[in-house]
Amino acid sequence: MLVVIAQIVIILIAFVMLLNVAAIMVWVERKVCALIQQRDGPNRVGPYGLLQPLADIIKLIMKEELRPKSADAILFTLAPIISAVAAFAAFAPVPFGAQTTLFGLLDRPVGLQVADVNVGMLLVFAIASMGVYGIVLAGWASNNKYSLLGALRSSAQMISYELSYGTALAGVVLIAGSLSLREVVDGQAGAWFGVLPKWYLFLQPVGFVIFMIAGIAETNRAPFDFPEAEQELVAGYFTEYSSMRFAIFYMAEYINMATVSAMATTLFLGGWHGPFIPAEYGWIWFLIKVSFLLFFYVWVRWTLPRYRYDQLMQFGWKWLLPLSVINLLVTAAGVLYING
Amino acid sequence: MGETLLFYVFSAAAIGTSAMVIGQRNPMYSVLLLVASFGMMSGLYVLLDAPFIAVTQIVVYAGALMVLFLFVVMLLNRPSEDDGDWDVAHPLKRPGMARFGAGLATLLVVQLAWALIRTTRLQDAVNGTSDGSSASVRTIGRVLFQDYTFAFEATSVLILVALVGGVYLANREESR
Repeated sequence: MLVVIAQIVIILIAFVMLLNVAAIMVWVERKVCALIQQRDGPNRVGPYGLLQPLADIIKLIMKEELRPKSADAILFTLAPIISAVAAFAAFAPVPFGAQTTLFGLLDRPVGLQVADVNVGMLLVFAIASMGVYGIVLAGWASNNKYSLLGALRSSAQMISYELSYGTALAGVVLIAGSLSLREVVDGQAGAWFGVLPKWYLFLQPVGFVIFMIAGIAETNRAPFDFPEAEQELVAGYFTEYSSMRFAIFYMAEYINMATVSAMATTLFLGGWHGPFIPAEYGWIWFLIKVSFLLFFYVWVRWTLPRYRYDQLMQFGWKWLLPLSVINLLVTAAGVLYING
Repeated sequence: MGETLLFYVFSAAAIGTSAMVIGQRNPMYSVLLLVASFGMMSGLYVLLDAPFIAVTQIVVYAGALMVLFLFVVMLLNRPSEDDGDWDVAHPLKRPGMARFGAGLATLLVVQLAWALIRTTRLQDAVNGTSDGSSASVRTIGRVLFQDYTFAFEATSVLILVALVGGVYLANREESR
């Protein structure tokens, strides 16, 4: 019984954390953007503008909900829901801490994770790839040419980069010998020569770079934000959306970023393992690593200009995919050589 | 108990959504209902202790294949049923294409029935004697890349041929 309650609490914690990530990232994005552009950024609402996300949310709730007359009513409503559900569900198999008894409260330890699935890695990949339906449906149901173009670009981009993304995952699967995210993290415990942590980053540096690039493309962030390229497509697939429906798309984007960062942490940066902090407080390391990767995302967005669309496709198919296949072959040969 | 209930829920939903796929006038809804149907099938695989197959079903069919379908449907400007001018009252007077399709569908049903009667694994599954080990990643890999290597490679060549054909056709259209 207690274990069930503990599991429900963990699920609630994960859910609320993801909601908060979206709010905090809105502030971080605006503040970092401002600092990079040598401005002050939000500084009126609360200390350092910290309450700005709250003001934004109230503004969005108060706005009028609009739906174009010629839009497909059912799909127009369904699209943001699909986006949000896919974004939340994709985080479920990601472990964010070691097994714990919650300070001796439970008889047997539970993992800090919503669902311990033995094919967790594939599950994250599968659910994340369902998110494209939200974008495509939004673009089509709006009955607007800019929305449709944004949706088409998005699906082409996500299909192209999913291949490299999946191949980068396969390299980690080969080394870890498991599809379970918990086992992948456990394989990265300890350190080589007592100094260098046994992170897969050092065994799969190329895989990590490919994963991060493909992750940016998967989450439609700059410099790959073609689905919503303002100068060309107004706002892309959510041009016709307003009020809370718009907010849900926005939130789904940040949650997807958090999931990709959490996956990168789990697969390449040793998950909750790290020096100085005892294992039961490993979630602190997890939060530090994910926060750094999220900051990295924002940093990249405000530093690099957007590519051209054909450049993006050429880069994906002619450079990233061959590179990831070579990486996979080399990894496979290495694993075969060492394991005999 | 719970598993049996879930089985009936997933099966009913899978059959229901599949039936609705054919009943839709708007092809966009058909595609989405098919995705829902694949999702329900994937739920059935989980109940069969085959999570790898369940996730593969989502990645390959719901995630990749159906997005391409959606693409095609979206690019057709006005999605509407192509109702043609056939005489519905006389099924035998339907155009050749429809008759050919009906023939193929009948053939498929016969093949499926034949395969289901012949296979022994189905009996195992019904009797609950299958241990679920036939669905692990390792076993599937062994079967696919050792026992049935030829069929696997032949399929990949077939797909490559289709791909080359598609590119050739698209290029010819363009140069015209």
